[in-house]
Formats: sequence, structure tokens, C-alpha cells
Amino acid sequence: MTSNHLSHPLDNNKVVYNYKVVHQFALATVFWGIVGMAVGVLIAAQLAWPVLNFDTAWLSYGRLRPLHTNGVIFAFGGSALMACSLFIVQRTCGARLISDKLAAFVFWGWQTIIVSAVITLPMGMTTSKEYAELEWPISILIAVVWVAYAILFFGTIIKRQQKHIYVANWFFAAFIIAVAILHIVNNLAVPVTLTKSYSIYAGTVDAMVQWWWGHNAVGFFLTAGFLGIMYYFVPKQAGRPIYSYRLSVVHFWALIAIYVWAGPHHLHYSALPDWTQNLGMAMSLILLAPSWGGMINGIMTLSGAWDKLRTDPILKFLVVSLSFYGMSTFEGPMLSIKSVNALSHMTDWTVGHVHAGALGWVAMISIGATYHLIPLLYGRKPGEMFSIKLIDLHFWLATIGTVLYIVSMWVNGLMQGLMWRAVNNDGTLTYSFVETVIASYPGYVVRFIGGGIFLSGMLVMAWNIWKTWLITREELASGKITQQEALA
Amino acid sequence: MDINDFRTVATVLVFLAFMGIAWWAYGPSRKRYFDEAAQLPFQDDDAAPAITAHKKGEQA
Repeated sequence: MTSNHLSHPLDNNKVVYNYKVVHQFALATVFWGIVGMAVGVLIAAQLAWPVLNFDTAWLSYGRLRPLHTNGVIFAFGGSALMACSLFIVQRTCGARLISDKLAAFVFWGWQTIIVSAVITLPMGMTTSKEYAELEWPISILIAVVWVAYAILFFGTIIKRQQKHIYVANWFFAAFIIAVAILHIVNNLAVPVTLTKSYSIYAGTVDAMVQWWWGHNAVGFFLTAGFLGIMYYFVPKQAGRPIYSYRLSVVHFWALIAIYVWAGPHHLHYSALPDWTQNLGMAMSLILLAPSWGGMINGIMTLSGAWDKLRTDPILKFLVVSLSFYGMSTFEGPMLSIKSVNALSHMTDWTVGHVHAGALGWVAMISIGATYHLIPLLYGRKPGEMFSIKLIDLHFWLATIGTVLYIVSMWVNGLMQGLMWRAVNNDGTLTYSFVETVIASYPGYVVRFIGGGIFLSGMLVMAWNIWKTWLITREELASGKITQQEALA
Repeated sequence: MDINDFRTVATVLVFLAFMGIAWWAYGPSRKRYFDEAAQLPFQDDDAAPAITAHKKGEQA
């Protein structure tokens, strides 16, 4: 390994950043990514081969599925968001986090929440609200840790040395505020025991509040937050400023103003009033404009530097994630059209759509950002991981895994939708439900393979980071670099 | 005034807000300010392009 270290940024700055919490969250991202995706691969296998639930309640699909969603969204995605936001806010404000103790509280608090989820969800404790399954004591802990995270982030913004607040921080700010409001409102409940509560909402209102939360978990957690990551790491990795900073301003306000209205598209043809359904559909269609504005802004940042894609697999992760973002934000508005939704709803098409965003966008940009962070945190040159070839291998495993996953679910979804609505001349249904399940089997097997390939890429990443750490440790021991340079 | 008038007013207000933001973002007098803001990720790099990052409180 070549390792003539450039002087660390810290050498030139009076400000010493808190990289410890960034490092902790970066490692948590990889660890929970592997755990969450492994559970995903297991439940994908269970859908193809139901015997894999081993007749054990806590290994059954119904209990493991929320564990998978919580694991990948809040443990993997949440750790990536916190690592990147706490890194970016310090670097672009020229200020250290306001408190190391508060940073440690946010990290260990968030890990405590995740471990509580890992224990309670397989035990069957659930509010039954999608992406908000955790019971009330854990919900309260989430609110407390989230407020601490908000104080940490906004406190650092307040003591910034720059007049301007960089656009990435605007996206993180919106993400932190919106998720706080959504989480608290949706989780208002009456506790009956320590492990059971009932929502204060009932009937259609309950469904609407749930999907107001549910779609904004997508809009603010999985979109606004990761756009914050995009607006820092894409320019950084490409070595040039964002294509249009002015577009990013319009992008920000348009996106956050429209996303909050899109929730009703989850409740088409339900008891929700028609006008609310139509409003949700119209707002979802309008959402295409800011979504694509942001995607184009990110991708065009490479204009004049496209050749870097040939040699830099980290940049490949970031740019391909934007391509998947563009794809899924086109698909989303299309699926929100009521007549399209009549075909797609409840089918595997929805699952494929979610994973185009989750694997293609959220996971890929998180992985790219983590590969950018790790060498810096170990006092190494940008991109100086143990093996660049292994990053490239990871990129192809992730891309092929995502494509297999999406395509198999498209095929399954369209087939299920068409089979469910097929009627004979006398008006009876052409297919029984179980016939559509049998027809879905090949798609489930392909999905399992795609997910397995994606997971194997995460293992390659863990190995690469481990080896990078070993090299750093050797250099520390031989005095080649100092402890302060290798902050981890 | 029935509820539909409020809906109309709300739509017009949101439209005006959007136009206002677009005008603010693309106004020629703020071009330099935003060009400098776009350099913020590179401010503490050795090999960063030259920037004139302004301190808090100073006018752009």
C-alpha cells in the first residue's frame, strides 16, 4: 500500500472536528446494513420456500418483516444519515459539534432503540402501524433521542463560522424537523400495559395519519436526508461544485412543500374521501418536477468530468444512485395515478418500486458516502481504501442485485394485477388467489438471488473496511501517522 | 365566502410563494453569493479551488 499521507485537514485548521461520533455511526451503518439486509434475504427466501419459518412464531414472516424494514430504514439508513449529517454540518459550518457528550448520547441512544426493536419485534410486540411498529416506551425514547440529535445539529449550525448555511444542511434540517413532527403525531397512543398501546386515532383518520407519516418517512427520512448527503458528497467526490446552486434552492423549497401532501395515494379506493385521494394523486404527480430537478442537478455536476466514472467506483455508486432515484421518482408518481394504482396496489410491483428506491438510491448513496468517509476518518488520502478493486466489485454486486430484485418484482406485480382482475364471460374470476401465488414462485426465487447478491456486496465492504483499519493500525504502531490523524 | 374561495386563495398564495423563491434564487444580484456558497464543501481542503468564504455577519 502506498501511504504517503497528505497533511490532514485538521493540521490546517484551528477547529478540531468530532469525528468519533461520525466513525461510530459509519461502522453502525455497515453493521446494521448487513443485519437488516440478511433478515430481508431470509424473509425473501421464506416467501419462496415457506418451510423456512421452521414453525417458530418468532421466525415467521409476519414478525421478521417489520424487523427487516426497521433494520434497513432506521438502523442502516438512520446511522448513515447521522454519520453524514454530523460530518457535513461540521465541515460546512467550520465548527465542532456543540457537545461530545450529547453526540455520544445520540449514538448510544439510537443503538439502544435499534436493539430494543431487534428484541421486541420478533416477540410480536407491535402497534401494527407500518414503519412505526415500535411500542410506546420505545417511541418515547425515539422522540427523546431525536430531540437530542436536533439540538446537536442546530446548535452546531448556530455556532457556524460561515454566513451561509450550505444547502445540504437545509435538507438535513427539514428531515430532522419533519420526522420529529410526524413521529410524535403518528405515535400518539393510549398505553394499556408496558407493551401494548392503542392509537388515539380511529378508522379512516387513523389510516390517513398513518400514511401521512408513512409517505413522509419516504419523503423526509429516505429522500430529503439522503439528498443532503448527495449535495455534499457528489460535488466532493467529483471535485467540482454542484451544477446549479440556485436550482438547489428552488429544489429544496419545492420538494419540502409538496412531499407532505402525497400520503393519500396509499389509500386509493378506500373509505378516504375522493377529494383527498385526488389531492394526494395530484400532489404526487407534481412531485416529479422537484425530484427530477434534484436528480439532474446531481448528475449534471459531472458534466465535463464524465471520465472520472471510468476510474472512480465511489463516484459510480453516487451517480448510479441518482439514476435509480430518478427512476423510482418517475415510477412513484405514475403508480399514484388512480387507474394505474388499481392494477398495481397490493401487488409485488409496489415492493419492487420501494426497493428501486431503497437499494438503488438510499443504500447506494450511503455506501458511496461511507467509502468516502472511512479513509478520511482514518487519516488517509481521499479514496485510499485497502482495495479499490473491491469497491468496484461491490458496485457491480449492488447494481446486479438491485436490477434482479426490481425486474422480478415488476414481472410478478404486473402478472398478479392482471390475474386478479381477469374475469370470465360469465363474470366469475378466471384465477383463484392461490394460482397467482404459484405463478409468483419464479419471481420470488429471482428476488431472493438478487437480494443475496446485494448482501454479499455489503460483506465485501465490511472486509475492505476491516483491512483498511488494520493498515491504519500498523501505521499508527510504526509511528507513520499520529493518533490525532487517525481519529478512529 | 365559501370554502372554495379559501382553496383558490391558498393555491394562488402557494404559486406566488414559488415564483418569489424562483425570483430570489435566480436574481442576477445574488449570482456571486450563490456561486460562493457552492464552494463551501471545498473550504477546508488543501487542493480546494480558491474561495472567498465570508464570515458570519459580513455582507456578501
